[in-house]
Amino acid sequence: MNVAIIARLTVREAFRRKVILGVVLLSLAFIALYAIGFHLFRDNYLSLEARRSARTGAGPSPSYAVSASAMVLLGLYTVNFLTGIMTIFAAVGTVAGEIEAGTLDAIVPKPIGRWQIIVGKYLGFAVMLSAYIILMVCGVALTAHTAGHYAPPHLVHGTLLVILVSMILLSLTMLGSTLFSTMTNGIIVFMLYGVAVTGGLVEQLGTALNSDTMVKIGIGSSILLPSDSMWRLASYVVQPSLAISFIGPNPLGTTVPPSDRAVHYSIVYCLALVIGSVLVFQRRDL
Amino acid sequence: MSESVSQSPAVTIAMPASEPAIELRGLRKVFRNHVAVDNLTLSVDYGEVFGFLGPNGAGKTTSIKMLMGLVYPTSGDARLLGYKLGDQIARRQIGYLPELFRFHEWLTGNEFLDLHGRLYGMTSSERRKRIPDVLALVDLSAYAHKKIGTYSKGMQQRIGLAQALLNDPRLVFLDEPTSALDPLGRRDVRAILSRLRGEGVTVFLNSHLLSEVELSSDRVAIIDHGRVAATGRVDDLLSRDLRVEFRLGSLPADLLPELDKLVSVEQVVDGRHSIVTARAAGEEAIAAVVDLLARHNVPVYGVMPERRSLEDVFVDIVAPSREAGR
Repeated sequence: MNVAIIARLTVREAFRRKVILGVVLLSLAFIALYAIGFHLFRDNYLSLEARRSARTGAGPSPSYAVSASAMVLLGLYTVNFLTGIMTIFAAVGTVAGEIEAGTLDAIVPKPIGRWQIIVGKYLGFAVMLSAYIILMVCGVALTAHTAGHYAPPHLVHGTLLVILVSMILLSLTMLGSTLFSTMTNGIIVFMLYGVAVTGGLVEQLGTALNSDTMVKIGIGSSILLPSDSMWRLASYVVQPSLAISFIGPNPLGTTVPPSDRAVHYSIVYCLALVIGSVLVFQRRDL
Repeated sequence: MSESVSQSPAVTIAMPASEPAIELRGLRKVFRNHVAVDNLTLSVDYGEVFGFLGPNGAGKTTSIKMLMGLVYPTSGDARLLGYKLGDQIARRQIGYLPELFRFHEWLTGNEFLDLHGRLYGMTSSERRKRIPDVLALVDLSAYAHKKIGTYSKGMQQRIGLAQALLNDPRLVFLDEPTSALDPLGRRDVRAILSRLRGEGVTVFLNSHLLSEVELSSDRVAIIDHGRVAATGRVDDLLSRDLRVEFRLGSLPADLLPELDKLVSVEQVVDGRHSIVTARAAGEEAIAAVVDLLARHNVPVYGVMPERRSLEDVFVDIVAPSREAGR
């Protein structure tokens, strides 16, 4: 019950502070631009294809699915990136900010466990972020379908993995918020996020160049923060195999998907960090 | 041993009887190398309004924060309403107004109280009934649907007070409850304290406004350097170590040593009248002196005890240790 009260308070705060309004308006702008872009891409592709057929007399090329898939990947990458940034910004001061402001002084003495405050806040953010991701992925998929006449495979699986990316970042940000001031937490989490993204890029380069060391660096960064590896798995599952082999290792995706063990590790990572947040908050003086 | 106590309208809570409402035994808090609270021991009975006084940095707010579960004691033991610190049953019956009252400014007064009512476990019908009552009590009914962010400092303190009284508590901690209030607001708070006392609510009051504590409290504790420097009933503290002036007819010299046994004679000025200035341990000592003088047929023209305020008592207790620390 108390967990639900705090979760509801967290969601209500996001609405009242017009966070949701801002995010919805900007996301609509993104989807509109993406739809225009996808439409223009298809028109250009079809006219190029028509000219090529007229010149060579060859039949329709199977590469449309590859290009359309790349467009979907670009859309989903943007959703994943925006959600990651939003997750960090939304949760960076959720505990530290309330301690600094003193608003928890009236909440903590109530008949509520400290763990319920942390879990309630986590669930509040998790519900909002998951809803946002689902809506945005639907927006991308609908655009691909209507403007591009293309349906990406395994979209549900991919969406769940993007949600997992967001939960990883949320867990890390929550833990940081129980340990550090808002500013320190923001700097630390963004740096780790940067390390994870860079580590993922290094791993892709290592795969392309057959460099074990570079791949190991990427794996190391995935252990530190598995957000990027889960994104790469998401990108892998939403592309047809033809597109994966055609595009090869690239900054947005991967040709070597992280294993199930990596997914399990990410889930345990989230749970461990939430438990860590509870334990830290349970013990600290306010 | 426990009895059943009806608390807020629909909440019936089992609670231990025959224990003080607040009992602190050797409570201590050390922040790194700084001892904020050192061996704090005191008890407050049910229904008392208890003033908790001390100079800045004496450890008052840290003590209250320990009792409210915001700060963990380094050592020592404390019980509230007979329960260990942090007990959820006790917390349902406790109200708290923090010193630095900062609330969620994006909530309206009504929503804020509804949130805290939910946290207290009050049902929706209890909240519907109780929220207008406490809003009226703190004179904020007209602002119930305005956001707290638009409230003045005084109004924010009032809504904080409403929050502290929302659950119809048996024990209330008020940390500087009038710091942002004007004289009218302070008078209102005194009226609320008086009403709480009438309802048998135990109030733990921390305030810098000593005149207010003097008017409102049954007993006080003065703490300094994290320890209890003095504690007792307000009247007893005020009448302790009284300076008193006796205007007498001629005082026989052999009576002076006897007088000195009852009060500490500081000065005797002989003139038309003998004026004896002395320090008395209490009002009883003054009465004994008058009795002695009457038995020896010494005319007593006047007995003038110096009227002391709680502030005088406070300064007498705290100033020496402050000066020693300089």
